[in-house]
Amino acid sequence: MTHSSPARGELFIKALVLTIGVLLLFAPFLFQDTRSLEVAARICIFVVLVASYDLLIGYTGIVSFAHTMFFGFGAYGGAIALKQMGPGWDAVIVGAITGLAVSIIVAIAIGLLSLRVKAIFFAMITLAAASVALVLASQLSGLTGGEDGITYKTPQVFKTATKLLVDENGKVARLFGVKLNGKLAAYYFVFATSLALFILCLRMVASPLGTVLKAIRENEARAEAIGYRVVAYRTFVFCMAAAAASLAGTIYAIWLKYTGPDTALSFTIMIDILLMVVIGGMGTMYGAVIGAVLLVLAQYYLRDLMGVAAEFFHGVPVLPELFDPDRWLLWLGIIFILLVYFFPKGIAGTIWTKGARD
Amino acid sequence: MSLLSLSQMKTSIGQYHVLHDVTFDVPEGGVFVLLGRNGAGKTTTLRSIMGLWKPSPGSVRFRGEDIAGLHASDIARKGIAFVPENMGVFGGLTVEENLVLATAKGKFDDVRLKRIYDLFPALEQFWTKQAWSLSGGQKQMLSVARAIIEPRELILIDEPTKGLAPSIIDGMAEAFAEIGQSTTILLVEQNFNFAKRLGQGMAVIDDGHIAHTGTMPDFAVDTALQEQLLSLSS
Amino acid sequence: MNQISQTLERFGGVYLLPVIVGLIAFVLIGAPSSWVTLTVAGLSMGMMIFLMASGLSLIFGLMDVMNFGHSAFVSFGAFVSASALAYLSGWLGADSVALNILALFLAFAAALAFGLVAGWFFEVVIIKPVYHDHLRQILITMGALIVSEQIILAIWGGAPVSVPRPAFLEGSWLIGDVTIEIYRAFAFALGLAVYLALFFVLTRTRIGLLIRAGVENREMVEALGYKINRLFVGVFMVGSALAALGGAMWAGYETLITPALGGEMMIVVFIVVIIGGLGSVEGTLLGAIMVGLMANYIGFLAPKLALASNMILMMAILLWRPSGLKPAVK
Repeated sequence: MTHSSPARGELFIKALVLTIGVLLLFAPFLFQDTRSLEVAARICIFVVLVASYDLLIGYTGIVSFAHTMFFGFGAYGGAIALKQMGPGWDAVIVGAITGLAVSIIVAIAIGLLSLRVKAIFFAMITLAAASVALVLASQLSGLTGGEDGITYKTPQVFKTATKLLVDENGKVARLFGVKLNGKLAAYYFVFATSLALFILCLRMVASPLGTVLKAIRENEARAEAIGYRVVAYRTFVFCMAAAAASLAGTIYAIWLKYTGPDTALSFTIMIDILLMVVIGGMGTMYGAVIGAVLLVLAQYYLRDLMGVAAEFFHGVPVLPELFDPDRWLLWLGIIFILLVYFFPKGIAGTIWTKGARD
Repeated sequence: MSLLSLSQMKTSIGQYHVLHDVTFDVPEGGVFVLLGRNGAGKTTTLRSIMGLWKPSPGSVRFRGEDIAGLHASDIARKGIAFVPENMGVFGGLTVEENLVLATAKGKFDDVRLKRIYDLFPALEQFWTKQAWSLSGGQKQMLSVARAIIEPRELILIDEPTKGLAPSIIDGMAEAFAEIGQSTTILLVEQNFNFAKRLGQGMAVIDDGHIAHTGTMPDFAVDTALQEQLLSLSS
Repeated sequence: MNQISQTLERFGGVYLLPVIVGLIAFVLIGAPSSWVTLTVAGLSMGMMIFLMASGLSLIFGLMDVMNFGHSAFVSFGAFVSASALAYLSGWLGADSVALNILALFLAFAAALAFGLVAGWFFEVVIIKPVYHDHLRQILITMGALIVSEQIILAIWGGAPVSVPRPAFLEGSWLIGDVTIEIYRAFAFALGLAVYLALFFVLTRTRIGLLIRAGVENREMVEALGYKINRLFVGVFMVGSALAALGGAMWAGYETLITPALGGEMMIVVFIVVIIGGLGSVEGTLLGAIMVGLMANYIGFLAPKLALASNMILMMAILLWRPSGLKPAVK
């Protein structure tokens, strides 16, 4: 690879990610319906989740299945604080910090206990820990609301009824036909905090730390011989990723005004993250954006398409079952396996290197 | 014709080229010694012959047949046995079970078993003990015994004296001399005094190249050459 | 201190652990009849988990392959045998014990056969291309698990499926004031039989010796002239079939199964192989018995803690012995 001139593939990926960023920035004005805003906010959150997960899987070469657990800690931290302390910024801060603290402590414990052994061991232990967290969330119903989860109010400024600006009649002002209300404020809160976290992840891999991580991933024994304390580095990155996931959880809790096992802890979210990071491209960071966009769009719109397909195959045995909108994970799973076999670098990684070879 | 003939064998492990050009012939019968400094490529040479690492390109001819690129199990079935540096005994298995797995049909030939008992009486004594409980020297005996429990044509032995007490090394030398009368041994060794007693033919490997080939009696008296190739202080 | 541990080692070492746990539980529970019931339940649960976990542990030990999709075999085993039993329900309800047994046997055979075939497919198609690449191995087997779960949902639907039991395994024995469910005793006996068979094969046959040798040192087995890949396909198939059998047993034990079964059992299976020590059948048995006993004792003593008990057990054992209780000799 030559660095003299930026390769076409690299430029293309960066331009694509920038375009997505701009679209997300103007999303409330470009797509003026509630469902689209849901989709845009979800994309923002998942970009952070996937980018922080990429720190682990792509840059450090360790597979964790506990990423949703940290996401859940942050979400439940925010939710419980907002429920107990009432809808204020103090509650948001207390919740975020509590979630963060729990996440980092648990991450250190898991890291020190199992990162010194094989990658497989680590994967299994994180999976076990995540499932225990899920069970605990539904068991400790006094605190977490159990299976039903918690609904709560968020700070005043994010209420849909809040008027950010009023026109001369005292009604909520509009800009290009979009109401300047609390919902809009909430979206930009999500967008800005997600952007900040994503840029932090980007900075981290560009820093000397990122170089060390790559050295460890390429040849662990040699990195150890040179004098890097591999376990310490891995545990540190695991903590950073956990912290980012935890903050993303708190942000999502504020956006949704509801936190439950399905939105914050379920294994389905973990599978989503895995799919996004692999489809987008492991070890690219930018892939996180592409993967998150594609998969969230698929979640919301592919099901509609599959419903049509199921109708089409009506009367044929088995096929309607396979194209049932609820079976969309089946197809994603197959795509996932094929991608790992044939395009292990994902979309971003494949395009990136393709341009470089020209 | 030589029993084993290596020609321009190259081996890479990952991105590192460990062997650049290994060319030497092992004649049939006796003990042939491959000497070299630490990290010169001795172990890699043996593993490449055994098929545990794939050499490419270059050729490995065994009785005239190119065996480079064959699977290790197929190379073993051609009559080549391997005694690795770490001895490779199965610690959870007993001495008997270790030896049973080395037989072709799962049955012992009484004559060969008797010979092993004579060479290494300790193995008979610990016959039903799990191999992990053996001493280092006994594990080495077991590993060598596995190589001769069936008739083989060539035995590759990697640093058998490493970490063993001098008295055990003496016994090992006698055993190898005796085995060498009926089977060819390719011995990799750092312990020059041990190698000197056994070797007939010899080669020196340095940084992935064969730096010298000759006979052991000649090499043993040429201290200047020893100094140059092995940096021996004594 | 050293002397104590040596004495303990002579009397069975870590194998004493379930006995100690049992004794402590006996003191805490107080009522002998409840204790017996709980112990039998724990042992039978442990044996079923052992069936599910043994293959996973051996596969990992032999080839350094961790199949995150292993629990799919458990689920499929459960559903295949449930369907077979439902199909043969006439025989199950019949008065003849012979017909009962035949129906049960056929259902288990169906699960086993499915496990063998699916295991072969999994090994040759899914895993073979990613030997030696742990990252992709984890991802691909996880992907396979997702697809398998979706296939189960597509075939059997998401609603709970009820599993008929043969008449002769219904009910319980009453010995004094101790009640023992017959199905549990049966599960224990079957698990024990499988363990003994595995133990016999691994210690008394040439194939078994090769498997144990391969777990320790794959290269040396090849250097002795054996093709270890063929051995591995065989072990993978048998391991998958045992998981399917475990699933079938579990289905009969639960009597109502949902597609979530695989995911739930996967965690337990992982915990068992981690605390038992990867690669060893004895370790897996020990881990499974421990998990089974703890789940039942703690479920009785402190129900709130029951679900976290496995995790606490795993943490404690890992702190004490980082590679598990009885890992294979490496």
